[in-house]
Amino acid sequence: MKEKTTVADVDRSLYDFRYEEDEADRLSSGITPEIIREISAEKGDPEWMLDLRLKALDIYNRTKMPEWGPSIEGLDMDNIVTYIRPKSRMNTDWNDVPEDIKNTFERLGIPQAERESLAGVGAQYDSELVYHNVRKEVAESGVVYTDLESAMHDERYAELIRSHFMKLVPPTDHKFAALHGAVWSGGSFVYVPKGVKLEIPLQSYFRLNAKGAGQFEHTLIIVEEDAYLHFIEGCSAPKYYEAGLHAGCVELFVGKNSTLRYSTIENWSKNMYNLNTKRAIVAEGAKVEWVSGSFGSHVSYLYPMSILNGKGARAEFTGITFAGEGQNLDTGAKIVHNAPETSSYMNTKSISKSGGISTFRSSVQINENAVGSKSAVSCESLMLDGISRSDTIPIMDIRTDKADVGHEARIGRISDEAVFYLMSRGLDEQTAKAMIVSGFADNVSKELPLEYAVEMNNLIKLEMIGSIG
Amino acid sequence: MAELLKVQGLTVTAEDTELLHGAELTIGEGETHVLMGPNGAGKSTLGSTIMGSPEYTVTGGSIFFDGEDITEESADKRAKRGLFISFQNPIEIGGITLSDFMRTALEQITGKRIKLFDFRKRLYAAMDILEMDHSYADRDLNVGFSGGEKKKAEILQLLMLRPRLAILDETDSGLDVDAVKTVSKGIEEYLKSCGGSLLIITHNTKILEAIKVDRTHIIVSGKIVAEGGAELVDYVNENGFEKYIGEKA
Repeated sequence: MKEKTTVADVDRSLYDFRYEEDEADRLSSGITPEIIREISAEKGDPEWMLDLRLKALDIYNRTKMPEWGPSIEGLDMDNIVTYIRPKSRMNTDWNDVPEDIKNTFERLGIPQAERESLAGVGAQYDSELVYHNVRKEVAESGVVYTDLESAMHDERYAELIRSHFMKLVPPTDHKFAALHGAVWSGGSFVYVPKGVKLEIPLQSYFRLNAKGAGQFEHTLIIVEEDAYLHFIEGCSAPKYYEAGLHAGCVELFVGKNSTLRYSTIENWSKNMYNLNTKRAIVAEGAKVEWVSGSFGSHVSYLYPMSILNGKGARAEFTGITFAGEGQNLDTGAKIVHNAPETSSYMNTKSISKSGGISTFRSSVQINENAVGSKSAVSCESLMLDGISRSDTIPIMDIRTDKADVGHEARIGRISDEAVFYLMSRGLDEQTAKAMIVSGFADNVSKELPLEYAVEMNNLIKLEMIGSIG
Repeated sequence: MAELLKVQGLTVTAEDTELLHGAELTIGEGETHVLMGPNGAGKSTLGSTIMGSPEYTVTGGSIFFDGEDITEESADKRAKRGLFISFQNPIEIGGITLSDFMRTALEQITGKRIKLFDFRKRLYAAMDILEMDHSYADRDLNVGFSGGEKKKAEILQLLMLRPRLAILDETDSGLDVDAVKTVSKGIEEYLKSCGGSLLIITHNTKILEAIKVDRTHIIVSGKIVAEGGAELVDYVNENGFEKYIGEKA
């Protein structure tokens, strides 16, 4: 009850918007050029951006739905307009937040103050504070960290954005990349100048804000030569929208001899279709490190891709997926070796329980020019009962014989012997199983900053205890 | 002495094979019992069934602990009552440190939170008795431990959890002379500090040298065929199980 009070206090304006939205809703259905123009005008897009949006819409209309993965038939594309339009983002009714997510939030032990600031994000002003704090600390080194729309309107960055935006993930990539291009809204822009090594991570906490960032947010990160950045996104709170689609896009440009570490834990509400596209291009001697946790959502398609485009470029991918009841999470990673002596390492864990389906797809492509490259893929799956499912689909496309490629997959069930061992020491069955699963996920937790590791373990415990109890 | 454990007419099967055929065993508070028998006689089956292993199905008879019927209870509830087993082959579990596991177990069993500092102090003190390097506390549970270190880690848990009855399932097997001595020291410490009962399953008498045995049970083909005092250990040591195997036939 307390929580609702907090929300109601901060979000009064949201309810006002909702009324307005109801009016607007009746006027339109389906995505049309008119609606795109409307969005674009509202945002004050430059001309090139409006062009991009309209072209993307055209591609969207001409592209087929993906047919190779989990079913997305439940997604009502005609209704997408109800949450594409900027105003409708205010439509999020906090009282509609599913009970399990509310409980998660309570039990995560996020203190009252922080919870208020989350609500504040919905009301916008508190999120500015978050950004300001960070910005102040890093601004002196020339690092830019702001929201993408502000950056696009800032003449210092406008050209950078124009030359990078959707260049790595073009709207032609797939249907939802096209949709993203047409309707994107909100997101982060990060620029790290040459030689700057940022010691502390940049964190982008809560993506739900009144301006309408959210389902179609765009993250653009440019790291110049000899620099270092750790960017953490979207972790600390479950994100909740009444809408059912998330089609974000992340583009990472990693300059020569730089390292970019990109960590996310996605914890969506269980009615969400998460069709997210993430991609990095890595220059000579540079490295991208992905740490990715996928919780929640009804259906996910998520395969961060790394293009190793310069000699000696490296990619590391550490991921965990947890599919519970009613969830079909199709995740993985792709690596393209497109230069000599590049190397990649993929290490993933997936957990499925209560009928959840977890599919891991890895794709490693080693081009003819990538002589002396190395790739190692390791994926482990843990099924917690007899009704859950776990699949591994590795794809390797090796076009040179001068490469070293390894793949290792293990699929197993939770061991009764291990559960008994822990129980014989006084742990009840749930606690024992939760501990084993946390242990299984440990190599991913270790890659995360402490507070996120703690949170991930809490999420696992909640998933484990929620259904048994 | 008061009866702590009473096993009555216990019949146990695993995968449709009956392994115990009406086993009887009574252990009093503070007593040390030895269970001996040839390979495959059902020693470990009896020990694991008393602890509540899901691997075995009880098809007849009962197990009482402290006067209460625990035959159907889950292992964690038995542990909370004060039962413990040192496993013959402790399982390796990745991603959980020995220290975290012990702390969780201790909190579950006592129902009380324990401060990390106090816990660590106790843990290190127990490790010192067992001559375990403190670094093992932060290693994953049994992962990559040598056979000897695994057994020490079991006895470490015994010292930390302070049960009322501990079943030691071949804790001495596969250990060299020095390791047996160290483990024995741990067991003596348990007896001294907790005054608990023991059921020692063994092939070997070295571990028994420094421990006063109250009662010995001989198990053959799933049945207790003989009982006696400490002297029975010496008898078996000299003559083996031939006599009992003959008797059974």
